[in-house]
Amino acid sequence: MTSSDRPSQRLILEAGRADRQYWGDIWRYRELFFILAWRDVAVRYKQTVIGLAWAFVRPFVTMVVFTVVFGKLARLPTEGDAPYAVLVFAGLLPWTLASSILGDASNSVITNSQLVSKVYFPRIIIPFATVMVGLIDFGVSLLILVGVMAWYGVVPDWHILLLPVFVVLAVLVAIGPALWAAAMIVKYRDFRFIIPFVVQVGLYVSPVGFSTKVVPPEWQLLYSLNPMVGVIDGFRWAILGGDSPLYLPGFAVSMLVAAGMLWLGIHTFRRTERGFADLI
Amino acid sequence: MSDVVIRAEKLGKKFIIGHQVEYSAILGEALVRSARGLLRRGADMLRGRAVVAGDEIEEFWALRDVDFEIKRGEVVSIIGHNGAGKTTMLKILSRILEPTLGRVELNGRVASLLEVGTGFHQELTGRENIFLNGAILGMTRQEVLARFDEIVAFSGVEKFIDTPVKRYSVGMYARLAFSVAAHLETEILFVDEVLAVGDAEFQKRCLDRMSAVASAGRTVLFVSHNLAAVAALTRRGIVLKGGRLIFDGPIENAIAQYSASLSKGKAARDWGRGHHSAIISADLLDAQGRPTDTYEPGTPFNLQVEVETANMPGLGLELHLRDANNLPVAFYSSSIFSQTPLPSEGRHVCRLSLQPLFLASGEYSFDISTNSLTIVVDHGVANAIPFQVAASSPGGIAYDFKQSLGHGVLAMQLASPLRIEPASSEPA
Repeated sequence: MTSSDRPSQRLILEAGRADRQYWGDIWRYRELFFILAWRDVAVRYKQTVIGLAWAFVRPFVTMVVFTVVFGKLARLPTEGDAPYAVLVFAGLLPWTLASSILGDASNSVITNSQLVSKVYFPRIIIPFATVMVGLIDFGVSLLILVGVMAWYGVVPDWHILLLPVFVVLAVLVAIGPALWAAAMIVKYRDFRFIIPFVVQVGLYVSPVGFSTKVVPPEWQLLYSLNPMVGVIDGFRWAILGGDSPLYLPGFAVSMLVAAGMLWLGIHTFRRTERGFADLI
Repeated sequence: MSDVVIRAEKLGKKFIIGHQVEYSAILGEALVRSARGLLRRGADMLRGRAVVAGDEIEEFWALRDVDFEIKRGEVVSIIGHNGAGKTTMLKILSRILEPTLGRVELNGRVASLLEVGTGFHQELTGRENIFLNGAILGMTRQEVLARFDEIVAFSGVEKFIDTPVKRYSVGMYARLAFSVAAHLETEILFVDEVLAVGDAEFQKRCLDRMSAVASAGRTVLFVSHNLAAVAALTRRGIVLKGGRLIFDGPIENAIAQYSASLSKGKAARDWGRGHHSAIISADLLDAQGRPTDTYEPGTPFNLQVEVETANMPGLGLELHLRDANNLPVAFYSSSIFSQTPLPSEGRHVCRLSLQPLFLASGEYSFDISTNSLTIVVDHGVANAIPFQVAASSPGGIAYDFKQSLGHGVLAMQLASPLRIEPASSEPA
């Protein structure tokens, strides 16, 4: 027997039958989740020369460029007394995490089409497993942030303790649309072209290189419809503390939008996943 | 608990397939056609339907009205031609595909082997891939750990276990992959044509392993073209034809039914078509030029293949001769071996007379394809000409040289009579 927690079970397969055991199945396949996540991490920097250092180089260079372009050339204001580089990096962290999850998770089902067409497991494991890669790169970037803050002598206050909450929020904001896109890509490959475009545009419509305070107050609430606004503001609030007060109504709007997209993502994925093997 | 572990009732599966009507060389027509296709795909998307390539859409039942029951501990073969619905059925039973109609009841933990090495990653080492593949097949880490040494020993790749599998030879890769699969232990096991890997010696070990699994009281559903293996491993056979179950009973009768349907099915074949060409018919001919399904070893192979091409110069006709284990035995390519591509337009009959082969007795088939530069298959028909060698006696005596003896599928023929002379007693 494969394991003691899998007793003989009775299973009915029928067209359109809602799978009552679905969430239980996810628990049973947790080892597969970990091993797929491990595989993605293990494979990511194979046969590269500098390996994990890529996780340092990309965000660091982006930070320098944004600081120069937005801070020095465009002379956009920072928040409070915070150095512009720290402001940028506090925005870049959640943005990189969310965009890499959106990019990887949305393509994950078709890149794993071999598995989908040959074995059964709850398909939702695949996009969730890709989150781990994003989180590891995020961990590395966090070290750069510590370095940059030390360089500028920025000392965080108690707000920093809430940073993990915002990390979870960044993941949730990304995984909702990613699940939806992953399900859609199986049917319509058009979305493969749409997602990178969304990520590209998103970098500029989200407050990554600039502060949210740049947006006129009367537009703040509308701007918060972009859920990344809430997440990035949350990060800056946690890292810069008193220099970056949180605009609560906007944050609430962002979180509502994120929750709606998460629901839509899971719902769409669950509804279509049993047909994946037909279409892939 | 009920003694029936698998019950299928009125099982059906429908696919939607698209056809390319024809290619147009005229830009205007091609534009109109792609505009029409774009409109249709757009409308499909609005209705939430899947995108199907092609100009015409057709429904196709891969499985229809299939009923059966399988009891605990039974070992059952599913046999049928390519496209009879065997794999579709296994995919439904293993929850990969959803049935369109009907229902299946499963009692017990299921594992399915539709392929060996599912999920193997080229960049990972043999060791890492064992754990990855084990998890994908539903084993826990503990179980893989417990059987790890056994798996490695069975595969015979101990020396390379910490080498990335992309450095493995095809044989090593297949052996490692099968070894993981062979150590999968569940109450119900579905196996699809996975024995066609590795060399003869390894295949024999796989078959032994399969029969050990089968005799251990577990329920096994086994799909294969290898009728010898099917007869050896199972006592009950289910025959599928065109998506319907046409026989369910003792394996000997099932094999007979299958063989009978093989010859009857030849009249009404439809192999579909590729993008630029279609293989319409293919036959093995006897010395009198009549279609046959038996080849006399040591005589020329006379084949007749009817092909249609549409505005595509340079396609070659290719043949793969395969043995009963579906392993390739011989290959012919018209574009390379004869530098003769197919005409670019129209319907043609190709007559091939190939040099004699002294084949061992048993089942064979020719896969036929049209091909650009032997890389891109345009229209491929697997198992296009199934045939058998009834008896093979290379020495002209009553000795049957069989495929199943494990000496290979070709008898070597002497170029001149064998000479045995006394060795010179004087040292040279």
